[in-house]
Amino acid sequence: MSILDLTAVELSAKIKAGEVTAMQAVEAVREVAAQKEDLLHCYVTFDAEGAIKKAEQVQKKIEAGEITGPLAGVPAAVKDNICTKGTLTTCSSKILGNFVPSFSAQAVVELERAGAVILGKTNMDEFAMGSTTETSAFGITRNPSNAEHVPGGSSGGSAAAVAAGECFFALGSDTGGSIRQPASFCGVVGLKPTYGTVSRYGLIAYASSLDQIGPLTKDVTDCAALLEALAKHDAKDSTSVKREDTDFLDALTEDVKGMRIGIPRDYFGEGLHPEVKEAVLQAAKALEEKGAVLEEFDLSLVDYAIPAYYTIAAAEASSNLERFDGIKYGYRTEEYEGLHNMYKKTRSEGFGAEVKRRIMLGSFVLSSGYYDAYYLKALRVRALIKKAFDDAFEKYDIILGPAAPTTAPVLGTSLKDPIKMYLGDIYTISANLAGLCAISVPCGKDAKGLPIGLQLIGDCFQEKKLLRAAYAYERSVICTGKEA
Amino acid sequence: MEKQYETVIGLEVHVELATKTKIFCGCSTAFGGAPNTHTCPVCTGMPGSLPVLNKQVVEYALAVGIAANCEINKSCRFDRKNYFYPDNPQNYQISQLYFPICINGYVEIETPSGKKKVGIHEIHMEEDAGKLIHDEWEEVSLVDYNRSGVPLIEIVSEPDMRNADEVIAYLEKLRETIQYIGASDCKLQEGSMRADVNISVREEGAEEFGTRTEMKNLNSFKAITRAIEGERARQIALLEEGGEVIQETRRWDDAKECSYPMRSKEDAQDYRYFPEPDLAPVEIDDAWILRIKSSLPEFRDAKMERYRKEFVIPEYDISIITASKHMADLFEAAAAISGQPKKVSNWLMGETLRLLKEKEMDAEDIRFSPENLAELIGLVDEKVITTSVAKEVFEVMFENNVSPKVYVEEKGLKTVGDADALQKTVEEVIAANPQSVADYRNGKEKAIGFLVGQTMKAMQGKADPGMVNSLLKELLVK
Amino acid sequence: MITDEIMEYVGILAKLELSPKEKEAAGKDMDSMLQYIDKLNELDTAGVEPMSHVFPVKNVFREDVVTNGDDRENILQNAPGEKDGMFVVPRTFD
Repeated sequence: MSILDLTAVELSAKIKAGEVTAMQAVEAVREVAAQKEDLLHCYVTFDAEGAIKKAEQVQKKIEAGEITGPLAGVPAAVKDNICTKGTLTTCSSKILGNFVPSFSAQAVVELERAGAVILGKTNMDEFAMGSTTETSAFGITRNPSNAEHVPGGSSGGSAAAVAAGECFFALGSDTGGSIRQPASFCGVVGLKPTYGTVSRYGLIAYASSLDQIGPLTKDVTDCAALLEALAKHDAKDSTSVKREDTDFLDALTEDVKGMRIGIPRDYFGEGLHPEVKEAVLQAAKALEEKGAVLEEFDLSLVDYAIPAYYTIAAAEASSNLERFDGIKYGYRTEEYEGLHNMYKKTRSEGFGAEVKRRIMLGSFVLSSGYYDAYYLKALRVRALIKKAFDDAFEKYDIILGPAAPTTAPVLGTSLKDPIKMYLGDIYTISANLAGLCAISVPCGKDAKGLPIGLQLIGDCFQEKKLLRAAYAYERSVICTGKEA
Repeated sequence: MEKQYETVIGLEVHVELATKTKIFCGCSTAFGGAPNTHTCPVCTGMPGSLPVLNKQVVEYALAVGIAANCEINKSCRFDRKNYFYPDNPQNYQISQLYFPICINGYVEIETPSGKKKVGIHEIHMEEDAGKLIHDEWEEVSLVDYNRSGVPLIEIVSEPDMRNADEVIAYLEKLRETIQYIGASDCKLQEGSMRADVNISVREEGAEEFGTRTEMKNLNSFKAITRAIEGERARQIALLEEGGEVIQETRRWDDAKECSYPMRSKEDAQDYRYFPEPDLAPVEIDDAWILRIKSSLPEFRDAKMERYRKEFVIPEYDISIITASKHMADLFEAAAAISGQPKKVSNWLMGETLRLLKEKEMDAEDIRFSPENLAELIGLVDEKVITTSVAKEVFEVMFENNVSPKVYVEEKGLKTVGDADALQKTVEEVIAANPQSVADYRNGKEKAIGFLVGQTMKAMQGKADPGMVNSLLKELLVK
Repeated sequence: MITDEIMEYVGILAKLELSPKEKEAAGKDMDSMLQYIDKLNELDTAGVEPMSHVFPVKNVFREDVVTNGDDRENILQNAPGEKDGMFVVPRTFD
């Protein structure tokens, strides 16, 4: 069995047992990258030499018994909007094309503490704005299942790298589905934690009230192990929550007897591809067979989630991205006359079209005379959506649906019509608006062999239930020998 | 008949709080560091950095709000104010618009026609900006973020003032209150207190307010007075010519005594305020308010009332001493130790004020301890030193808070109580000044004054003048 | 309707300068987005508190203790222009 067939937790066990070294693991991944990276382009920065050096240090600590966790010695990738001290962090944008942070994000610190070996930084939609990884200023990433298709986004590089074996797991960030949707498109597991679970310190903000860092992994066990390493209270992030229930690996049992699973009819209506629908309903049935209780219900407010989401996200983004002005870091235009001209030229040249579109929209909905009509209205709708989910979780432990309406689209077909592209986020963004946790688990493939993702949504702080359901489903697939 | 105009004035006062660290990060607020040495990723707007609120800022804002009779917003929030400028590293300032910490208060000022309440619309917390320095050699400016993120409160008054005197009285009242709390040193010249003046004029008796302008860059009470008078005259002249006042921000040039508009078309003045998503709401319960209330100091009016009852010192002394909490604390402590309030007051009103003025210092800058002042008074009372030596010792004590006892000992300044030595000197003085001796003996009693002076001089001031006087009289009648 | 004036104004707010062609496309995009967002008006939100924070956390404070030292070298390391320990910007007037 090749190292590459192992999950992260399996690999770490072998490293700790002395069967494999952390350096061998990095070498194995480096070989894969050497073959595939030219085509797939998962990474913006890939530093194999640096990774080998880090692996040597980690290996020593493992041998000395200083690092013992389930991810010790495992090569990992980090999305390029998460700061890494001394390593280029670009958000896949020209405006940060030369930016080297002086500190690491808390999530990266936790990864290193867990003994993970960071290989590099993965490609993404510019500033996480997009769902195809085609808005990157440094070129597109391709889907490992079929290189003519997008990997999804915005954490497309992270999802593709895990799927292609160019790392064993990766960090992504999810503002409206940016972990779950590419996980679904690439056939890996992706989880968006409850808002406040993973520190946002060092995550370059897109929409602060919606952003969360989370895992992209080969299976549910790796996902639980990674989440356990990341879920730590951080005094540097005022929105970080102190949680006592972060022993997620212990929650991995197949027992879903009596688990109440709600299936929103609104998630299976118009726009959902029949093959996706079929696969997701099959997955639901598998859980039912294991003793879960399924029930359909109405969640019609989700129709309003997209307009509310795009108003709020654009507004926050317009403010978060003001700091990119050519003064303190990043790109500055070559020629300019005076301060305001410098600002305008720097930003106009430094940002791509989709980012500019959202900044303009966000500036507009916050501007004098429109704030109440657009921005406050969206915040009120957000409260209604939250309430609708609160009501649903009175009745159900988990809400089940697809992660995306389709499988991965063909490259170059999505960006033309923004609203159509935004509609692809319909099943994922509610979890961000309401701060919920949600996971995407592979649940089959379409006729073209493109992966399909099952989404499970849990109430705030109910990751254990979520992981238990996901694990039970994953085991059912393995036991029945169905292809996932 | 010529039209009569009334001036309507409201103030926005920014006060830099006396915290050790910035509002959202653990950087020092100390003055005087080399550029950008008191900075970190948070206060320079580095990507990925996040703010965490300094609790002391909330405590100070609450204390000032309670002292200014405000209602406390029990759920207060921060908002972002978005505008591009290089001194503002994130290009938004974290401030409060929708739920400021304090609202609807007032302070009472004295006017020629009696007490008047000036309404406080709100008090909110926010961060200060960095500093821009214009390069001497190139057409560029340089940014220093040491002041970026220093905590401020902004106190917004109602448009309740009608002339410059009321404005000054209001500012003095605020300053006194805030200094008493210890929330800031409130120095206009150094910028730890800054006042922007909103001013409009209307015909006497009119109901509606006129269009207002906002005057900035006012760094002394005199500049404020001149700016108000200048702007009033400018607006009246405009109206008299049939023109209109434009709502705008104007910068006052105190040297030229005129103002000019500050903004260009690139400043839309549309700040797109929205709730700051990176900070948690601040919930203030009754227990917290009560705790702050009970920790407030005795304010000046109450203190003056008590001094009138407790101490036999002139009203003028009371008003000067209580103008600064630091001086009042010094006075009370020294009075308690020495048991001589009148003498303590004399030292403060006399030598202390003289030296403060000479050295251009504020009462807050006094460094000597009440223990040392009491000790000095004791040395004079016990005739260990003379009054003139005491003044000399005081100057040294004022400078570096030395113990008068130790200093007098070290420098050998004690009054010479040795009768033999004194007698010897007096005899020498008598022998050296036969004319004065003769004058005295011929009935010119004043001549003894000269002889006392000569003796004191010979003794380098270290003799007790009373003793010298009686000894001279004794010897001269011989 | 999103007019050229509005696009110009938003450009000043956001410090973005779009070419005439970009401006037209951006205006069109914004128009259709806003029409789409207008869907929110189908919902009656009277009496609903705007929800700016979803997390159940309040009163997160730091103690007033200096924790940071001189970090100037790091702070300036990415600056496009640096002089005398400061960031260089085009001349400002105030």
